[in-house]
Amino acid sequence: MTSEDPTGRDAGLLRVATAGSVDDGKSTLIGRLLWDAKALLEDQVAAVTSASEARGHDGVHLAMLTDGLRAERDQGITIDVAYRYFATPRRRFVLSDTPGHFEYTRNMVTGASNADLAVILVDARNGVVEQTRRHAVISSMLHLPHVVVAVNKMDLVDWDQAVFDRICRELSGFVNRFDEPSLTFIPMSAKLGDNVVEPSENMPWYQGPPLLRYLEEVPARDEADDVGPRLPVQWVVEPPVGGQDRPGVAGQLVSGVLRVGSEVTVLPSGAASTVASIDGLNGPVAVATAGDAITVRLADDVDVARGDLVCGRGREAEVADSLDALVCWMGEAPLTVGGRYLLKHASRWHDATVSALHYRLDLATLGHADADALRANDIGALALRLGGPVAFDAYRANRITGSFILVDEATNATVAAGMITAAPVLATP
Amino acid sequence: MTTTPIDPFSVLDDMELRLAAERTHLDALEAEAVFILREVAAEFERPALLFSGGKDSAVLLHLAEKAFAPGPLPFPVLHVDTGHNFPEVLAFRDRRTIGAGHHLVVASVQESIDRGRVADDGGGSRNRMQAVTLLDAIAEQGLDVCLGGGRRDEEKARAKERVFSFRNRQGQWDPSGQRPELWNIFNGRVHPGEHMRAFPISNWTELDVWEYVAREGIELPSMYFAHRRLVVERDGMLLAVCPWVQPGAGEAVFEETVRYRTVGDMSCTGAVRSTASSVAQILEELALSRVTERGATRADDRFSESAMEDRKKEGYF
Repeated sequence: MTSEDPTGRDAGLLRVATAGSVDDGKSTLIGRLLWDAKALLEDQVAAVTSASEARGHDGVHLAMLTDGLRAERDQGITIDVAYRYFATPRRRFVLSDTPGHFEYTRNMVTGASNADLAVILVDARNGVVEQTRRHAVISSMLHLPHVVVAVNKMDLVDWDQAVFDRICRELSGFVNRFDEPSLTFIPMSAKLGDNVVEPSENMPWYQGPPLLRYLEEVPARDEADDVGPRLPVQWVVEPPVGGQDRPGVAGQLVSGVLRVGSEVTVLPSGAASTVASIDGLNGPVAVATAGDAITVRLADDVDVARGDLVCGRGREAEVADSLDALVCWMGEAPLTVGGRYLLKHASRWHDATVSALHYRLDLATLGHADADALRANDIGALALRLGGPVAFDAYRANRITGSFILVDEATNATVAAGMITAAPVLATP
Repeated sequence: MTTTPIDPFSVLDDMELRLAAERTHLDALEAEAVFILREVAAEFERPALLFSGGKDSAVLLHLAEKAFAPGPLPFPVLHVDTGHNFPEVLAFRDRRTIGAGHHLVVASVQESIDRGRVADDGGGSRNRMQAVTLLDAIAEQGLDVCLGGGRRDEEKARAKERVFSFRNRQGQWDPSGQRPELWNIFNGRVHPGEHMRAFPISNWTELDVWEYVAREGIELPSMYFAHRRLVVERDGMLLAVCPWVQPGAGEAVFEETVRYRTVGDMSCTGAVRSTASSVAQILEELALSRVTERGATRADDRFSESAMEDRKKEGYF
């Protein structure tokens, strides 16, 4: 329900990540989306208009609507991850915007990590460039359900379909080398508004939807590869609170379905039980689905603690004390073999040591380079040895139970984003 | 006769599919906020929930109650009292905190002034002084995290704010010292003397907050709804006549039907002309609204585009 259409459908929340450089017109695109979706209120526009005029731009410079911190505004470029919000009567959007430059790989990984969809910008005049390939690889690595390629500035190539088709072919060919082809291409001009919100009269050869309609209609969640029930335990409500004699296990169900009576296994201990009751945020429920915040009571007297993982019986996650993973390195100091870090995975902290560095990934060529270190913005494959057992899924099976961060114990800085690929073949002695 | 056991993990039946499809954006935002609240309570030693009496903190408190139900809140509620409050807001605060069985801690700006911790510059607004009072309270209570109702859509400087926002030993926000936030994994580690601010409704918009207030029947202070009030007009804003706002030479006092879009100090928060006397009418007004929450009514944000950023660097929020 929205204030504009109280009886309309609510297609929920969609998290969209945008990637591209300032030169590709990304900020203009976002400004156009916000403007045309009527999310801009009068005084924001007034403030931007006066600032635009002060800095010598004609009229409203749409990109200025998305610039934030003072230093960046003055420099005219954007760094870091910025969150914008807008809604149509059909759907609510959270838009995370990241810079496109290769020095900011870590920012795109951050901004897109939990996105449902990425919009990659291409300047039609330049076609597929290294940055485009990099964004496609990152989107694939993050296992984002949908990727839209916005081929922008079509007005500067005379709305030529041949240019658009060439870009589609080239990028599809590149993506086919490593992933399922799941790209959607939309030709547009963010500056003039063609195919952003309104269909373009200049490109009658394009039969697909404008970007905003595509965003409204794309399914938010792809349940096809469900690993079964996964409830990472965040918080335990100890009895006798609430008149209960069993602890309440609270967390967000991140996969699967739990019903009263569901048989479950608590990992990493392996204890078995069944679901005696489920409370949602508004009282008892008979069934919980992915995304629900719940408190579960188990029928048996088993130990459950924060950091445990409640799984469906027979579809349990793996348990190991070492991992293979792809990481995006974010720390200022490089990662090396033997480095010791704290690892946070599904509400549990572990001690972790880098036991091997397999390779550094070249994002443009997909080549594996030998490396003895990973530096900021590098992506590499490594092996980690943990201080205790961890219950996990491969990242490509579930983004929440398959992801982790590394933290520098001395500075407390988050130094890496990790995606679990497997447990190493060699077990630790 | 044998009965086939139901596979607990089978595809949802029609009714359950319908239930899942009906999950709205508010449900998604609510679940995210509850997740964050539970992570904060579990990761930190001594949290507190900042409560101003405004709609964002009323929503935050409501979410916290849901997150830890049926147990009590595992942390106190903290109010930074500037001394320039609307009386309705103080009454609401007491009702909603002490009245609901929560532990309320009040940190007083007046007390900070009396103790010489901060000087009243006589400018009329106590907004800047709040920073000192809040930081002193954090130090005195040994807090390592303050939960707040801040949203990223409120102002440009907040668009890049983290959910877990790091503050250094001086209580300052350092834009270059913020940590990347990946997936739903939050790094709340701090050294002694440092603390964090955590914002569970970071991704909510003003409209989301009002829709949620409507859906949940959340109580708000009466000033949000249309009422008659004696005001003066200054710099295009309607300010309530009160001990800290007295009519100047040539300034007319008149009675208007107004309401407040935001709860701040009486000394610097403007009212808007409105007849919206229910949440439904406020929602309608918002849909037609042409001015943002802060732009219309908070005098101090007019100083400069970077006013909020500067105040965050000082530790205000």
